[in-house]
Amino acid sequence: MTEQKRNWTGGNQESLIDVVKLTKTFEDIIAVNEISFSVDEGEIFGFLGPNGAGKTTTINILTGLSRPDSGTIVVAGLDCTKNPKAAQHLIGIVPDESNLYPELSGFDNLCFCASLYGIRKKERCERARELLQIFGLREAANRKFAGYSKGMKRKLTIAAGIIHRPQILFLDEPTTGIDVASARQIRQLISALNSNGTSIFLTTHYIEEAERLCNRIAFIVKGRIVRIDTIENLMGQTQGQHVVQFAFQTTTDKACEYIKAEFPELQCKTVSEGISIESPLPIRVGPLVRLLEDNGLEVTEAKKILPTLEDVFVKITGIEAGMMKQEKEKMKMGGNA
Amino acid sequence: MKKWIAFWNILLKDVRSYYLKPPNISWGLLFPLVWITMFFIRSGMGMDKLPDLLPGLAALSILFGTTSVLSVTVTFEKKGRSFERLLLSPISLELLMLAKTSGAIIFGTINALVPIFAAMFLADLSALNWYIFIPAIVLIAISSTFLGLFIAVSVKEVFEAQTFSNFFRFPMIFLCGLFFPIASLPIFLRPLSYALPLTYGTDILHGSMNGSNLMPFWMDFLVLSGFCVVLFYFSLRNINKKWIT
Repeated sequence: MTEQKRNWTGGNQESLIDVVKLTKTFEDIIAVNEISFSVDEGEIFGFLGPNGAGKTTTINILTGLSRPDSGTIVVAGLDCTKNPKAAQHLIGIVPDESNLYPELSGFDNLCFCASLYGIRKKERCERARELLQIFGLREAANRKFAGYSKGMKRKLTIAAGIIHRPQILFLDEPTTGIDVASARQIRQLISALNSNGTSIFLTTHYIEEAERLCNRIAFIVKGRIVRIDTIENLMGQTQGQHVVQFAFQTTTDKACEYIKAEFPELQCKTVSEGISIESPLPIRVGPLVRLLEDNGLEVTEAKKILPTLEDVFVKITGIEAGMMKQEKEKMKMGGNA
Repeated sequence: MKKWIAFWNILLKDVRSYYLKPPNISWGLLFPLVWITMFFIRSGMGMDKLPDLLPGLAALSILFGTTSVLSVTVTFEKKGRSFERLLLSPISLELLMLAKTSGAIIFGTINALVPIFAAMFLADLSALNWYIFIPAIVLIAISSTFLGLFIAVSVKEVFEAQTFSNFFRFPMIFLCGLFFPIASLPIFLRPLSYALPLTYGTDILHGSMNGSNLMPFWMDFLVLSGFCVVLFYFSLRNINKKWIT
């Protein structure tokens, strides 16, 4: 399996989820503030934002675990605003923390989850075996869930979320807190699921994950959606922007001063690796290296930086993506301690 | 049909995961036997008096069995977030909670059978009206289970479930006429007795044993059923209010 985006054509599909002016407050905190969006059939829709932005609250409202203060939700043509149960047979949910039964085996957990959707015994056993095979958990089928590793727990939770073949799958931070290999495998599984026709609503704080998997992304900050667009359109934001990064033998904070004095048209900022120079015009590296070396700085590396979704995110939200990731990891570590 | 598959499997999972676990089986057997022994040692009565104690022993076995297990398991599942999985399934909250409580109702009823079986071998139960006694046992099991549910949805932590249960259970032992007639209670405590569901259950059990019921059976059954409805209604309301925020 490889991580490959499905050929989502965009715009032609029917909306599977339609959310209009959804608002939710907790006491005096506005968790979700009049957000509107739609998720098309067959797409992977990313919901990207920092900690506390309102991602999980949105998922909870959409799946029926929380009630909105105002706004409307229509899932697969069914109005779920007042009756969230209306579409629960069509959706699968994978929460940010595995919530299966620790005392049951992997196989029993899947069978039990299937039974909640009214699937008969023979069919649910077959489906459980099939999913354990697909998710590489066949060997651990009869082991108690409590004894699974974090990655295995995550995979089984995803398997439980799709046991009833939902039309839409809600994935809340599916790769947070697990090892690189498991995260990669989970991303491949998400791609495969989408290729088989399942629409996916994915929340994540890993920008590169959203970039790899999603067709469209909504950036959510402090309960408000600040931008929704396709990856291509979002990346288009950085077109025409040229970035070159310089690294030095020894750390210095003077480099930007020299550059600003000699080339005022260039934007220079200090980054962890050295300095980063931005310009709407192509940057000639030679004169810059000469200037820096004439001022006694030994340039060890000069490289052209290709724009990423992270740059777009920073540009639109003003939030440093690295900080967002660190904050989340710290919180997870704290939670696990 | 699909909903009943879910109902049956929730019940089956709970029975396997909680009620058929060795500690619970031993609790279900030992607890009533300990009550029997304790009362005999304390009262110094002979076996011929066992029928007089049977209603109290059966009711206590049900009360402690149902409230202990249900309040803890529901709080435990809520804390571990596996309860969310049930809330997200396409079955109504009413059916879901009936499935969750059915295991405890069966467990409570079986708990009551322990002193009943013991009494069948040790005493003469020929005067017992089984047609009244057994439905009363089941109804007490239902009301106690719903009380356990009400406790479970009122607390956040597992340990709180136990302490909060005792807040209801211990006054019931003394105020419901299980071992001391309500008439012998101080007059200011009597209204409290009639505000507790077990009072009506105990009255039916005593009446079916020796005809000493204070109220007509129909009234006891009606009030006890009313308690079941009210406790179940407020439990669901609490879930809707607190867990589906």
